[in-house]
Amino acid sequence: MLGVGAYRTRNRPARSEVLPVPIGQMTWTLTDHQGRLVRPSDWAGRPVMVFFGFTWCPDVCPTTLSDISLWLEELGADADRLIVALISVDPERDTPDVLAGYVSNFDPRIIGLTGPADEVAQAAADFRATYRRVDKEGGDYTMDHTAGVFLFHPDGRFASIIDFHEDRRFAVPKLRRTLS
Amino acid sequence: MKHFLLATTLIFSAPAAMACETVTIGDLTVEHAWSKATIGAGRPGVFYVEIKNSGTTDDALVGITTPAAGMPMLHETVVQDGIASMPHAMSVPVPAGQSVQLAPGGYHGMLMELTTALKEGDSFPVTLSFEKSGEVTVNVDVLSLRAEGPDCADAGQ
Repeated sequence: MLGVGAYRTRNRPARSEVLPVPIGQMTWTLTDHQGRLVRPSDWAGRPVMVFFGFTWCPDVCPTTLSDISLWLEELGADADRLIVALISVDPERDTPDVLAGYVSNFDPRIIGLTGPADEVAQAAADFRATYRRVDKEGGDYTMDHTAGVFLFHPDGRFASIIDFHEDRRFAVPKLRRTLS
Repeated sequence: MKHFLLATTLIFSAPAAMACETVTIGDLTVEHAWSKATIGAGRPGVFYVEIKNSGTTDDALVGITTPAAGMPMLHETVVQDGIASMPHAMSVPVPAGQSVQLAPGGYHGMLMELTTALKEGDSFPVTLSFEKSGEVTVNVDVLSLRAEGPDCADAGQ
C-alpha cells in the first residue's frame, strides 16, 4: 500500500535531445576509489553503467546505489563484465579514500571516481550530465545533480537512462538489453 | 520446543522492533521510523517515517527535533528535468483520511550537525511537531546505508 500523497515526485523525464557521447569519444581522466587513474579507453568493449552523485548526499545517492546493488545481485554473474561507476560531483570532499569508505557499503562491483574539478566537469559534459553547488547557511553546501543512471553498450554507444523515479521493475530488463 | 521457537522469533525480530513500533497522537498514527547509518558525523543523516491521519481535519508536519542532530530539517527530493535537488520543505501536509510517507526519493528529514555518527543497530528519538495535533516522540532505528526500509510485517511499502 502506498499512501495517497506520498512520493510527490514532480518527476519529469530528462531532456534527451542531446545524448551522451560514445564512451570512446569521451576525454576525461579520473581517479578511482583505490587511487588508480581511469580513462574512457579502459572501458572499451565492456558495457557501462554510470551514476553522478556525492557521498554527502543523504537521500538520492544511497537510494540509487542500493537500487543498483539490488539490480547487480539480480543479474548475478551476468553483470560481472559491467563497469559500474559513481562519478562524484563533489571532488572537493570526495577524495579517493572517502569514496572507498562509501562504496564499501554497496555491491563490490561499484567503483567510485573523482578527480580535479576540470576533469569532473569534462566527464559531466561528455555524459551530458549537470551539477550545481548550492550553498547553505553556516558554510555548508549540497549539490544538485543529474539523478539518472546512464547505460552504454559494450561498443561504447549510449543505450539509455534509468530515471530516478522510473519504475524499478523496468531497470533489470533495460540492463539485460545493454549487456548483450 | 515452543520456547526455542519463541526465542528465535524474538532474536530475529529484535533489530526491527523499534521501527515497527507505533505511536499515536490525536488522530495521527506515526510508525516505521527509520534512518540510515552514516560514515562519520560530518555527513547529514536521514529520517524516514509514515504518518496516517484517520481524522477529518487536515494537519501538517511542521518540524522535527532530535538530540542526535544540531540542525534537523524537513526536505523534499525533487527531480526536475532529470536533475535532483533537495529543497527545504516548510511543512509536509498530512491531509485528513490520508497517509504520508517520508521515504527515499521524496520527503525526508535531513539531520545536519549530527552529534555522533549513526551506526546500524542504534536508535535515537525524534520529536515530530504537527500544526494541529502537537508533538509526539518516536524511536528511530538506524538501518544500514543500503537499507530500503524497515522489515515490519505490516510495512507500508
